[in-house]
Amino acid sequence: MEDLLDRKLLFVTGKGGVGKTTVAASLALLAAERGQRTLLCEVDAKGDLSAVLETGPTSFKEREVQPGLFAMAMDTEASLKEYLALNLKLPVAARLGPLAKMFEFVATAAPGVREILTVGKLAYEVRRGRWDLVVADAPATGHVVGQLAAPQAINDLVRVGLIRQQTGWMLDILRDPARTGMVIVATPEEMPVRETVDLAARLRGETIVDLAAIVVNRVLPELFGRGEEAVFEALDRSPHVATLADATGPGAGPVLEAARLAVTLRRTRAAHVETLRQGVDPTVPVLYAPYLFARAHGLRSTRQVAEALAAELGY
Amino acid sequence: MAGLSPSLEQLLAAKEIVVTCGAGGVGKTTTAAALAVMAATRHGGKVLVLTVDPARRLADALGVGALGNQAVRVPARLFPAAGRRPPRGELWAAMLDTKASWDDLVARHAPDRRTARRILDNALYENITGRFVQSHEYIAVERLYDLHCDGRFDLIVVDTPPSRDALDFLEAPERMADFFASRFLRVLTAPYRSSVAGFASKPFFTVADRVLGSQFLHDITEFFSLFQTMAPGFVERATAVSRLLRENRTTYVVVSTLEASPLHEAGFLVGSLRGKGFHLGAVVLNKVLPAYLLDGEAAGAAANMVRDADVLAARLAEAGAGEAAQVARVLTEVGENFLRFQVVAQREAEHRAELGVSSDVVATVPYFETDIHDLDGLLRLGERLWAGDADPPPAARH
Repeated sequence: MEDLLDRKLLFVTGKGGVGKTTVAASLALLAAERGQRTLLCEVDAKGDLSAVLETGPTSFKEREVQPGLFAMAMDTEASLKEYLALNLKLPVAARLGPLAKMFEFVATAAPGVREILTVGKLAYEVRRGRWDLVVADAPATGHVVGQLAAPQAINDLVRVGLIRQQTGWMLDILRDPARTGMVIVATPEEMPVRETVDLAARLRGETIVDLAAIVVNRVLPELFGRGEEAVFEALDRSPHVATLADATGPGAGPVLEAARLAVTLRRTRAAHVETLRQGVDPTVPVLYAPYLFARAHGLRSTRQVAEALAAELGY
Repeated sequence: MAGLSPSLEQLLAAKEIVVTCGAGGVGKTTTAAALAVMAATRHGGKVLVLTVDPARRLADALGVGALGNQAVRVPARLFPAAGRRPPRGELWAAMLDTKASWDDLVARHAPDRRTARRILDNALYENITGRFVQSHEYIAVERLYDLHCDGRFDLIVVDTPPSRDALDFLEAPERMADFFASRFLRVLTAPYRSSVAGFASKPFFTVADRVLGSQFLHDITEFFSLFQTMAPGFVERATAVSRLLRENRTTYVVVSTLEASPLHEAGFLVGSLRGKGFHLGAVVLNKVLPAYLLDGEAAGAAANMVRDADVLAARLAEAGAGEAAQVARVLTEVGENFLRFQVVAQREAEHRAELGVSSDVVATVPYFETDIHDLDGLLRLGERLWAGDADPPPAARH
């Protein structure tokens, strides 16, 4: 498998609720543990990142949260100020205040301005060369295509000006599969799989970004090995059920019920994974991360996902 | 403000608009559809489910082919086909078409047809309506208002678009009105090379010219100038839409799973709805693991099964259950499986307690083993919702 973490910029997306932030954090954590200086950026600053890494709130200025792992939160206004300060060589930072407010206003209405400030900042971090890897916890599937298409849209709309000069190198970074890739996270359920298949097609049709990998998250363990399911079915019937209840107590019924639930879930989910595999280009690597039967989610479970992904990547 | 409704059944009988909201992936669209199906079935009248989610699955489940901006009636014959009695009322469905809705809006509010044409032809217009994410929320509530005023439907159930913040939806009309009232818009639409452009705008235009280029800047200002011609109608309309969202005829159903992050958002929504004068109708907790997983006796039995696997297996093997070693492995696995799921069920129960919403507004829906992809599935889900917070059945079977 081509090395996923050797790229410079990874966008991690997925349908809401599939564990996108956890997977983004796991990939970044894994890279940092392998000695890569890594920047992890939360694009929709909801604070989920600080929860999965058990760290304080993130801000536009990156902060080292684990050895070699720096976290930041996207802020388009701050990104704009940084951009203007760098490109216009404005002497007085004070003048940026009202100016940025005005731009913020244009950004809420003018197409692509906010998006390009986000993608631009990420691409800028790659271009600066301070990082071995930049991981973006990108917007959910519904919004990510619009975001990635922004530089091209601006490029089409704007014919001159600084922005136009900027989109050129951004597009170069985004379209280079050796440097930039998209990771789609799905759970083995119907809607996330469907959205993943749709997004994979849209990425190809509407953006220039390469689909680097698909992560199937929360995969349930196979309960029974070969021949064991038949044994379970026998146990689940008379007279053995009575023997079990007699030996283990009146709670034996729900225990068997839970096993049936696990078997059924595993089976329907396996069918969804199959749909996913059929629906996307077979050359795209599919990585699996297990369902975590954990008391709480936090750094520990993020590490567990990172370990699972490391095994999948052959590290 | 009215008190909280004791059941979804009563809530849907009393309201004209039901909005489902919550984090992405929690089942807002499916919940909205199930509620509409139930209302049409049990209460009668004309019920519309309006979805902003372009999920073909819903159209398939409702048997209406492709959904579009125009409401289509769900064929009554589908109900007998799903083994149910025909509904007392009529079920209709529509999907929000952002572009078509924007075009309608421009046609309605532009001062004349020529201006409307110029707006529709502006290079930025398509980008704004098609790509511009924030416009989605406004156009969704605008369309809802339109359908409500139309008067054809007794009840409209609508889901909310996936957004960074579910409140975006509720505040979209105010934001739209603020947009037109903004000082920035006035500055921006003043001809930027004229001397009229005051001090405030000069540095902006100097910088913007260098950053965006004069052509793009010209396109933007032209677009905003054209757009501003729609201000009076737009603002009046946005105010009316905003009022409708707060009226007592409108209620909100917050949907969540028991995962930490969606539940956090649900808690935030519940607080905001109450704090800002919206009517919180119910909280729907989706994909809840079966209650038997919390059973103490079952936990004991599972632990015994693991501990005494070999002894038990010998007995069972003797009785013909299979080969002893294999039976022991199966017993261990079955016991451990229960204990694993119990950890998750306990986590969920704890999260639920943290939500801190009184139980009379909470409906729980069990973890369905199979996906809901047809009318029968929506009806089963709806029946669960109608039943409220009863203990989930051992497992959803069929």
